[in-house]
Amino acid sequence: MTATRLFVDFGSTFTKLVAFDLEGERLLGRAQVPSTVDTDITIGLEQAFALLSETVAFGEDDKRRTVACSSAAGGLRMVCVGLVPEYTLEAGRRAALGAGAKIVGSFSFELTESEIREIEDIRPDIVLLTGGTDGGNKKVIVHNAAMLSRAGKGVHNVIVAGNKSAYDHVRALFAGSHKNVSFSRNVMPEIGVLEVDAANDKIRELFIARITEAKGIARVRSLIGDVLMPTPAAVLEAATLLADGAPGEPGLGELLMVDVGGATTDVYSVAKGTPTNVLVRFTGLPEPYAKRTVEGDLGLYHNLDTLKAIAERQAVPEGFEEAVAAMCRHNSVPEGAGQTACHLLLSSVAVRSAVDRHAGSLKTLITPNGEVTLQRGKDLTQVAWLIGAGGPVSFSADPGAVLAGALFEPDLPTVLKPKAPEMLLDEQYVLFALGLLAQSEPGAAVRLMREYVVPLAARRSAPPAGGSGKEPERSGDHVPV
Amino acid sequence: MDHLGCIITGTVGVDAHVIGTKIISRALRDAGFKVVELGAQTPAEEFIMAAQETAADAMLISSLYGMAEQDLEGFRDKCTEAGLDGILLYLGGILGVSRRDFAEDEAKFKGLGFDRVYPPEADVRAAIEDLKGDLERLRRNDV
Repeated sequence: MTATRLFVDFGSTFTKLVAFDLEGERLLGRAQVPSTVDTDITIGLEQAFALLSETVAFGEDDKRRTVACSSAAGGLRMVCVGLVPEYTLEAGRRAALGAGAKIVGSFSFELTESEIREIEDIRPDIVLLTGGTDGGNKKVIVHNAAMLSRAGKGVHNVIVAGNKSAYDHVRALFAGSHKNVSFSRNVMPEIGVLEVDAANDKIRELFIARITEAKGIARVRSLIGDVLMPTPAAVLEAATLLADGAPGEPGLGELLMVDVGGATTDVYSVAKGTPTNVLVRFTGLPEPYAKRTVEGDLGLYHNLDTLKAIAERQAVPEGFEEAVAAMCRHNSVPEGAGQTACHLLLSSVAVRSAVDRHAGSLKTLITPNGEVTLQRGKDLTQVAWLIGAGGPVSFSADPGAVLAGALFEPDLPTVLKPKAPEMLLDEQYVLFALGLLAQSEPGAAVRLMREYVVPLAARRSAPPAGGSGKEPERSGDHVPV
Repeated sequence: MDHLGCIITGTVGVDAHVIGTKIISRALRDAGFKVVELGAQTPAEEFIMAAQETAADAMLISSLYGMAEQDLEGFRDKCTEAGLDGILLYLGGILGVSRRDFAEDEAKFKGLGFDRVYPPEADVRAAIEDLKGDLERLRRNDV
């Protein structure tokens, strides 16, 4: 077995291939070609292999050992069905997000016939059914199971992660329905307790076993190892590893990561987030240590209108309107000073808005016993590391300015963003690959991250030609290192 | 049934004012109820768990330190998740910042799903009569 390891990210627009040498522990090179998932995903993969082979030597065995993640064919599309919106539905949503899913529908209380039609039309890859604490409410989850069991073809895979006392009944309802139903532990076994890990694992299992098959992604199994997880899950794995380290390889400690893309902005925090001020009381659902949120309406290409509208609440530079229009026409590198300024502004708006929503907040109340301050969400003020990922940040003319949107603002002291973190950059777009490598060789993955997730001040190279999206650069580009 | 019903009592959140809830518990017991007394500084979640374990009929929650609204946020929803549909929820004490109009507090907490809301000077005997009436009505509706 050679020391070369290959990793692929099947994106919706690009197929990205990254090669590492595990012996020398270095990045050998990367290649990127337009995605061919709509026709035959293996075509793009073969093209990426061919392109990479121009600069990196690797053999058939290396190809066969390649592991992959995917956000192609719409990513992992999930519908969450729960009971109360703020409790078991929210717990289900967090499990789905942590597993790297894209939430395409959320439903609470008893499903109606029209909601079932809606879910059928959405055709989700998975429906996550929650509701009730263990021993708690059975009525609603049983009703919803009955409704889902009678749903048409649009509903196929169902994961149940609700009140365990209802499982026998739920199982009986699905018997003979030809739905693929699996059971996991309750995401909210008791009030105020969140347990998303088991559901998370179940989602990934199903993703590997069934979803990739249904989307035509599994065809690549004839060429490479396996498609292990959705891309955001790989990035969350990388973020967690970077924070926690591996046996013998210390991590950085608590961190915040922002990944700006063409269609969405993802925020990952690996931090407890408990109040840093002893006088502050925590309220609301407990927060997962490794947390992902995704802003589906904040993208540097597909959802530019939202970003533009937010940016326009403040003063915008001259020629902003035209520059945005030009960016909409070409999903490409900003040209000229005007477009560059506009791109910078919109990227920082994306980062600021997404991190504002991810971070916790404080609210002060006056009571007969004096002032009381309540915290909802994570306190990230003392987080020491802020990591930028995704084309619009990594290949930006001024990543520091873009990431500054994630910093604590003295004018907005109730939003608990990091006060003085050191900024790092996933300059080479390797985090997904290292998240995948972490599954088998966590120690090497940590060391490689230290090497390739670089301090802003020490960027190795001038920014390569960039574009918008987590899938940056020109197609057919390869960057030998 | 050798008692009129099972009632959970206690002060919610980090409120340490325990005398009111002790008087209520004593009066309930004297009136023939089974009382699960959680005492001072009881998190909202514990009320729910105690009610689940004991199949309680009602909760009589006290709060005298002005934080009831925060301590009891989403309380009816939590009860729903926990399968405590239809459990009677009574709340009494100093529910908001002083100088506030009680009618305002009452309306707010009823909006949050409490069946009855009492000011600090309320007579516990009147509340117990309310409770007997509400339980009787519920049981009638059940059959």
